[in-house]
Amino acid sequence: MKCQILYFARMREVFATPAEEVALPDSVRTIADLLNWLRARGEPWCSELAAGKTFRVALNQEMASLDQILTDAAEVAIFPPVTGG
Amino acid sequence: MIRVQQEDFDVAEELRQMRAANPAIGALVSFVGLVRDLNEGNAISCMMLEHYPGMTEKSLLQIVVAAQQRWPLLAVRVVHRIGPLVPCDQIVLVAVACAHRGDAFAACEFIMDYLKTKAPFWKKEQTPAGSHWVDARETDGRAAARWEN
Repeated sequence: MKCQILYFARMREVFATPAEEVALPDSVRTIADLLNWLRARGEPWCSELAAGKTFRVALNQEMASLDQILTDAAEVAIFPPVTGG
Repeated sequence: MIRVQQEDFDVAEELRQMRAANPAIGALVSFVGLVRDLNEGNAISCMMLEHYPGMTEKSLLQIVVAAQQRWPLLAVRVVHRIGPLVPCDQIVLVAVACAHRGDAFAACEFIMDYLKTKAPFWKKEQTPAGSHWVDARETDGRAAARWEN
């Protein structure tokens, strides 16, 4: 399954990229699986996406929970809590 | 109704357009957010506003629709700026027109409270000590949560 991951604000800087296209193994089905798959890359993903860290995930431009199922060609975004206005 | 833009906005012109030729409007409430020169003790020289194109507009529309379901709104306008801003610059306009002021005040505050906690914008402040991303405030979360009762 392919999916596009977007990073914003601090995440974009720490991961040194605004976006990446990833091909995921069949074992990655949910948002939680995807986060684990990213953490397995090592630093900086494992620290920045550690369980105690505060960040948000959107799936196809809607706020998503960890148990949501990824769809093929999904747009996933990972970002810090928002601070607009 | 909803715009995300780099350029500044003219509040008087926005409000004029909202109330034009609608004699049912009896109350027009607007909120303008501005860049301050001080945030949590840090002197701010410049601020960079980043957003998530696509999701930002969707999210603002969902907030406005939620407000429309709650109050009888006759016109709504949300304008949010992005890019580099300096102290005294306008950041955001939320304006709501209703028949009566109670609904207009409440809806304007509701939209602003949800915008602060749901719309994907992020601020990075430049100070003499360097630049840093602004942390989300818990008070903003509480402000939005009170509408859920």
